[in-house]
Amino acid sequence: MRELRYREALREAIAEEMDRDDRVFLMGEEVGYYQGAYKVTEGLLERFGARRVVDTPITEEGFAGVGVGAAMVGLRPIIEFMTWNFSAVAFDQIINHAAKIRQMSGGQFACPIVFRGPNGAARQTGAQHSQCWEAFYTHIPGLKVVAPATVADAKGLLKSAIRDDNPVLVLEDERLYGLKGEVPDGDHVVPIGVSAQVRDGDAVTIVTWGKMLHMVLPACELLAKEGVECAVIDLRSLRPLDLGPALASVEKTGRALVVQESWPYGGVGAEVVDRIQRDAFGALKGPVLRVTGRDASMPYNKHLEDLTIPSVDTVVRGVRAVLAW
Amino acid sequence: MAAPADELLGLYRQMLLIRRFEEAAAKAYSQGKIGGFLHLYIGQEASAVGALANLDAGDAIVGTYRDHGIALARGMSARACMAELYGKVTGCSKGLGGSMHFFDAERRMLGGDGIVGGHVAVAAGVAFASKYRGLKEVTLCFLGEGSVSIGGFHEALSLAALWDLPLVVIVENNEYSMGTPLSRTLSVHDTSQKAHGYGMASDRFKSDDVMEVKRRVGEAVARARETSKPTLIEVQTYRYRGHSMSDPGKYRTSDEVELRKKTDPIVKAESDLRALGVTDADLARIEAEVEAEVEDASRFADESAEPGEELIEAFTYA
Repeated sequence: MRELRYREALREAIAEEMDRDDRVFLMGEEVGYYQGAYKVTEGLLERFGARRVVDTPITEEGFAGVGVGAAMVGLRPIIEFMTWNFSAVAFDQIINHAAKIRQMSGGQFACPIVFRGPNGAARQTGAQHSQCWEAFYTHIPGLKVVAPATVADAKGLLKSAIRDDNPVLVLEDERLYGLKGEVPDGDHVVPIGVSAQVRDGDAVTIVTWGKMLHMVLPACELLAKEGVECAVIDLRSLRPLDLGPALASVEKTGRALVVQESWPYGGVGAEVVDRIQRDAFGALKGPVLRVTGRDASMPYNKHLEDLTIPSVDTVVRGVRAVLAW
Repeated sequence: MAAPADELLGLYRQMLLIRRFEEAAAKAYSQGKIGGFLHLYIGQEASAVGALANLDAGDAIVGTYRDHGIALARGMSARACMAELYGKVTGCSKGLGGSMHFFDAERRMLGGDGIVGGHVAVAAGVAFASKYRGLKEVTLCFLGEGSVSIGGFHEALSLAALWDLPLVVIVENNEYSMGTPLSRTLSVHDTSQKAHGYGMASDRFKSDDVMEVKRRVGEAVARARETSKPTLIEVQTYRYRGHSMSDPGKYRTSDEVELRKKTDPIVKAESDLRALGVTDADLARIEAEVEAEVEDASRFADESAEPGEELIEAFTYA
């Protein structure tokens, strides 16, 4: 085990996969000469050269499309979006090309590509730079979507994403890039589509992912002081979705809460709620509730931003609301 | 027959196959055997046939929804193409793609793309991969003049020129973006001018003469293969049919269409072949062969099985 920061774990994953497979290359804005907008790719240009670490102009649709074409003929591109917000101008490449090539070609062409970058609110970056994208992309058949919450998962899930023969979207988080955590030595690979129970408890099952795990765990510690022990499931992969551990936990607790940073309308949390009510209806003692971001574009003001995103306090209140039934 | 006649005869046969194939497709569409969209290439045949005559087996093609011509010119079988139009499992995309999505991995035909503009970036990516691997492969990308205003086209040209990608982008200017004439959608008549802003080589010529198309696209293919430099080409062409089968073509006069048919590339090729000593009997034999091939393709498509329900999700994930 070694302690790394989240961004270093991502960098290790990229470097190790580039070492083991010449088909893997990195492309995006500021990834090379500038060493990465968030320093995830620091040192990679010097190490791998300009053939494999490719700086692009501001052309998200263009370089996302170059990645799709290169993937169709067997390369394994890692396309960095400086933030997922900029993927909006590459939406066509991701949903109309990467996701559909296999189906439209009757299985003749695959698209083994990784799109990655920070997702969700950073700090006071305003409405256009603070969005969660999982609801958009998990909706699309043909795409896989992962959202690592821990440093070990950041490395392990990104390595799996690079090795996968499908388009995989890796939703990182700017607020997590500095997070420190233990990473197993060696070739640490976390399979896509396997969730993790990170805390056990008998009162409420909390299902979450990404940055929100770090709101949920402190909330659980506060509740534990009152004798309320919550189980916590970190989904890790949002598509494919593994609800096995969550359903097993709900069989014990009879109560569930989903915590998500993203907006309330539709989305991954709604999908989780639907599956729990379908697959564990008999065990439920009350409705499955959600704690979500507020239903508004992100305000710039710090106080208002804090109120818009779920906090430790809103998670505690969410658990109490579930227990009230 | 002399060598020039042999070469032209081969290209003539391909053009005739595309035309007869599409005439049969139009008939099948009106009989309800083909659904969805059907964008015909009739009138534009020399563009695909002349351009693709320059390609090697390792080269790649990316096109738009008007893709039947490039597919047949690439050597995809009339059977596989017609069966795809009929939505049959024997089709080139197993009946999952349709008219707009012809694919053939073996012949490096990468679609058939229904969202134009972005496909130029995909083509640039295929060219990027060739250069990444150090292979002297060339990628041809086809689009209509209606596609040269959208962002994907410009971003792709910007990147292809910046990175010196072995890409030839061919704008088939048929003068109508669906039913709107070029003068109402473009600030310039010559779309090859779009290359200038990217420091890219360009060319512009008519599609009347398939040998001339071959020669001019050949220069761009050689530039891509030998020096890894991209080229933007405008081929001035004309489609006789509507944008798709649902378009009655009321935006232009029948006189205009009849006038343009006088410079038909197939008629010109026939006349050139006669001048090279090819006889009416030779041409009639080819016509009969092509008609038999198309009839066989239509019969094959008719008799082929529908794809099974198990294919709905089979190709969603690898």
